[in-house]
Amino acid sequence: MNLLTDIFLAKAAFIGVVFAITLGIAAYSTYFERKIAAFMQDRIGPDRAGPFGILQPLADAVKMFMKEDFIPANSNKWLFIAGPCLSMLTALMTSAVVPFGDTVTVGGVTFDLQGIDVNIGILWVFGIVSLGVYGILIGGWASNNKYSLLGAIRAASQNISYELAMGMAIIAILLFTGSLSTKAIVEGQQNGHWNIFYQPLGFLIFIICAFAECNRTPFDLPECETELIGGYHTEYSSMKLGFYLFAEYINMFVSGAVMATLYFGGYDYPGIDFVTAQFGSTVAGFVGMGALIGKALIFVFIFMWVRWTLPRFRYDQLMGLGWSGLIPLSMYNVVVTAFGILIGKPFTAGIVGFFVLIGGMVVYDQLFGKKKIA
Amino acid sequence: MKLSNRTKVMEQGEMTLAERMYLPAIVGGMATTLKHFFSKPVTIRYPEQQRYLGPIFRGHHILKKDSEGAERCTACGLCAVACPAEAISMVAEERKPGEEKLYREEKYAKVYEINMLRCIFCGLCEEACPKEAIFLRHDQMVPVFSSREEVIYGKDKLVEHMDQRYLREGWK
Repeated sequence: MNLLTDIFLAKAAFIGVVFAITLGIAAYSTYFERKIAAFMQDRIGPDRAGPFGILQPLADAVKMFMKEDFIPANSNKWLFIAGPCLSMLTALMTSAVVPFGDTVTVGGVTFDLQGIDVNIGILWVFGIVSLGVYGILIGGWASNNKYSLLGAIRAASQNISYELAMGMAIIAILLFTGSLSTKAIVEGQQNGHWNIFYQPLGFLIFIICAFAECNRTPFDLPECETELIGGYHTEYSSMKLGFYLFAEYINMFVSGAVMATLYFGGYDYPGIDFVTAQFGSTVAGFVGMGALIGKALIFVFIFMWVRWTLPRFRYDQLMGLGWSGLIPLSMYNVVVTAFGILIGKPFTAGIVGFFVLIGGMVVYDQLFGKKKIA
Repeated sequence: MKLSNRTKVMEQGEMTLAERMYLPAIVGGMATTLKHFFSKPVTIRYPEQQRYLGPIFRGHHILKKDSEGAERCTACGLCAVACPAEAISMVAEERKPGEEKLYREEKYAKVYEINMLRCIFCGLCEEACPKEAIFLRHDQMVPVFSSREEVIYGKDKLVEHMDQRYLREGWK
């Protein structure tokens, strides 16, 4: 019984830590977003609040809380409030199944550095991410504003379109692992056998879909300022708007963690055996947690890097890319992976499949593509 | 007929395979932004960092004194006449015996006022002055003012202090 309470307490503490880390990283993502934007535009960025402006997230939070919390007259009041809550809730729930590290022993209690190890782990991620669009949809609809509604509709159709390709990219991973559990997926990639080496095409599809699912540039059509004045959060103010923006940054971090889990070996890092032999498995587990968070942060940086590089897609281009570009590609990827596993050489099949694809596209383009009017 | 031979005919055909794949262009763009990420920012943090504006910048007005500390201005009014914005006004006064240390000529400006809201910092007063009394200093700007009372600068703000004299390059 004592063991049960101990494990429960340890799990509760761990979930609290993950919660705090996620929120902290999301808060500082806003700061680094602005800093990175500034650096990429040869500026300095926020540097007034504290040294190097590191208190800027605090100042932003104070600003958000102090602002008037306005609810439009003809909006659906309860749905208007439920929208940002749902966005935030789903954003925070996704990280429950991400394995942050291997088993550790603290104070005589042994437990996994993972919220819950369910055998449908990756399905959970997909389910919650699909729920996440409801926050946007409800908020946009409840605002009683045509721009908000347009943004919400865009978000919904975009998420549905890209979820298909994303799911197909995952299927190739599942063919390797044979399990939906995120823990099993990570354990299958230990000692440098990261899925990125076997699934470069799958990863490319997945990261593009992750951009679309997080509503980040170049797929930030639901909130595009130039057409929709902010899209689904046009009518939002104060901390409700803050929740929407915050949920976006949490989603970025969590999707970075999921990508690290699926393709970059999760908490695996070079020299893990050496650390385990020298300092024991607990230290190795915590270093692995650091490694996973580091990988996730690299992805957050890539999210921002792309945002400050690329312009926004047009809506028909977005749909064209999703339906006639990524979905056939992901199907091809599944077939190639399945073939590779069948003949027992997944690595070779992945590489060969990638080049066959490029070669096939070039040949097709030379034979049937319309030539440029010179 | 073309005005210049710099017109460039743009191709408006089908996109090539590489263009349709987006990725080569995306990688190129990301390389550009990464290059800028590591380049030096061009920002000057203004109140703390100030750019040198050159030896002939026309900033704050100053009424010079000569090397003995006597005011050079003789209240001839040429600066006020030259001023296109009519920003300068003055009241002349005759020098009393015993004031030779204070004023160089027999006549001096008892009141000398410049309306800084009117002044356009053209420097014509400086050019008009026959006594080399008024200058627009290159190293200091007129500070921001927030009320109308601060706008008119009298002799208290304009006359040079002997302990921090204004010197220009080339006067030495």
